[in-house]
Amino acid sequence: MRSFLLRRLLHALVVVWGVVTFVFFLVRLTGDPAAFLVDPTATQAEIEHTRRLLGLDRALGVQYADFLFAIGRGDFGQSIQTRRPALHVVMEHFWPATAVLAAAALVLSTVAAVPLGVLSATHRGGWVDHVSRLASLLLQSMPAFWLGIMLILFFAVELGGLLPAYGSGSLRHLILPAVTLAAAPLAQNVRLIRSGMLEVLGEDYVRTARAKGLAERGVIYRHALRNAALPVLTVTGLSLGFMLSGAIIIETVFSWPGLGRLIVQAVPGRDFPVIQAGVFVFAVIFVAVNLGVDILYTVLDPRVRLS
Amino acid sequence: MSRRRDLPALAGLGVIAAAVVVAAFAPALAPSDPVKNRLLDRLTPPMWAQGGSPRHPLGTDTLGRDVLSRLLHGARISLTVGLAAVLVAGVVGVGLGLVAGYRGGWADDLLMRLGDIQLAFPVLLLGVAVIAVLGASLINMILVLGASGWVTYARIARGETLSLKERDFVAAARALGAPARHVVVRHLLPNVLPSLMVVATFSVARTIIAEASLSFLGLGLPPPAPSWGAMLDEGRNYVTTGWWLALFPGLAILLLVLAINLCGDWLRDALDPRMEKGIG
Repeated sequence: MRSFLLRRLLHALVVVWGVVTFVFFLVRLTGDPAAFLVDPTATQAEIEHTRRLLGLDRALGVQYADFLFAIGRGDFGQSIQTRRPALHVVMEHFWPATAVLAAAALVLSTVAAVPLGVLSATHRGGWVDHVSRLASLLLQSMPAFWLGIMLILFFAVELGGLLPAYGSGSLRHLILPAVTLAAAPLAQNVRLIRSGMLEVLGEDYVRTARAKGLAERGVIYRHALRNAALPVLTVTGLSLGFMLSGAIIIETVFSWPGLGRLIVQAVPGRDFPVIQAGVFVFAVIFVAVNLGVDILYTVLDPRVRLS
Repeated sequence: MSRRRDLPALAGLGVIAAAVVVAAFAPALAPSDPVKNRLLDRLTPPMWAQGGSPRHPLGTDTLGRDVLSRLLHGARISLTVGLAAVLVAGVVGVGLGLVAGYRGGWADDLLMRLGDIQLAFPVLLLGVAVIAVLGASLINMILVLGASGWVTYARIARGETLSLKERDFVAAARALGAPARHVVVRHLLPNVLPSLMVVATFSVARTIIAEASLSFLGLGLPPPAPSWGAMLDEGRNYVTTGWWLALFPGLAILLLVLAINLCGDWLRDALDPRMEKGIG
């Protein structure tokens, strides 16, 4: 178990290193921030001076080595636009805004999926099954941001401001963005649980549990669901990456003051340190959650070999 | 396979065929020029709503451009980007996956780590950054979406290759002295393709949504190109005064993506005999 953990941890480090390296070189291709910072009448000498102040005049290799060492100390440099430590700026936007939004969507998409998926499977071919399959199919076929706009149109405009269309600060502000972000992963989870349950319900141990005279509810939730839920766990790890990515666009739709919107705005402003720190935080979360899922997997299913 | 079960896929196929026809003949079918401003007609509602006019069946936008005409032309962009990006991703991914699975060793390790790194990097962010570097154009959009999709194909192709290369027919080909290239192209590729077809179908659907997302963030084709995503971006600021601006482009995306997903479902069930009817 220990060597498995060590290996996975090393692997996670490699992935994070790869992501920050990639973003380091990618942002440097997007253009020169010095030219944006000085006023339009600045001379070439003034631009050069700004470049020197930002350390952008040094050889790329030197900048990269410096960057990696600084990251090791948790230092991502100063935001070019706000002159404040980049990691601070990023964490302010991540916590609480993006964290709350992603967590709410994650909970919604897994918790609501269980009863829907189970009902679909146990009442296969019935109206619950048909409605839930149709709804899943529709939700997976529409762009999330369009769903967001339609929810705004309905709840904020047609119903005369039942729920706020944008902004943050209260539970009511959270509802529309969280539902929008949760919709597609929810649909996927319902389908996964349904097909997992259908497979598992025919297994011998389910028949044994029934033969022992267990109540049907116990059979379904205690014996069948446990095994049917495993794929959901894997997909949840991956769909968190999807959610963080989705947050970029959903935060824009709802003017949610989170990390995704921060990064989208930092790219045209050439705020390299903020982009680098933001992507770093995204990558660390993604890798950590997937590592957690892998570990949880070995705990829940002893058949999974620690390889 | 029962007839009833094929119906949704047939309907999907019909919608896709209609979309292709619309895209191909958009200039002939559209009632007016999709990029021509008519400021006097701006924000005309759809023809059945109060104040609507049969000259603009789905209304006009804030510059007086005909919404239906823009939708019909937008089908060209969605279909082109969707198909081309998946083709790019598929060719690159399958190629790399076959080589990695067949050769193993460091090339395999490197490829799998690269895939992990790519997956930890939000796709939209990649799009935002790359398009900021390269500028917005149809080709760049295809390259960005293609480049971010290769991992899935590489992983599946590699996995299938790993199991196939232990099989007798591959061993026989190698024993007869077939060069690696021949084994990969003639024996492995044809066996890997069917399962990839299903993935590719679903990817076209996802790519159409991704294209709309990038255009929605203002990173698609520069205006006045009638991309569905860009139309949604323009429409979202007018939900109170022009609900039809955000409604119809979204419905168009929904309809096309739904049709492709229905075909994907059918294809998956048809190609995978282990899949019991009704599961999935």
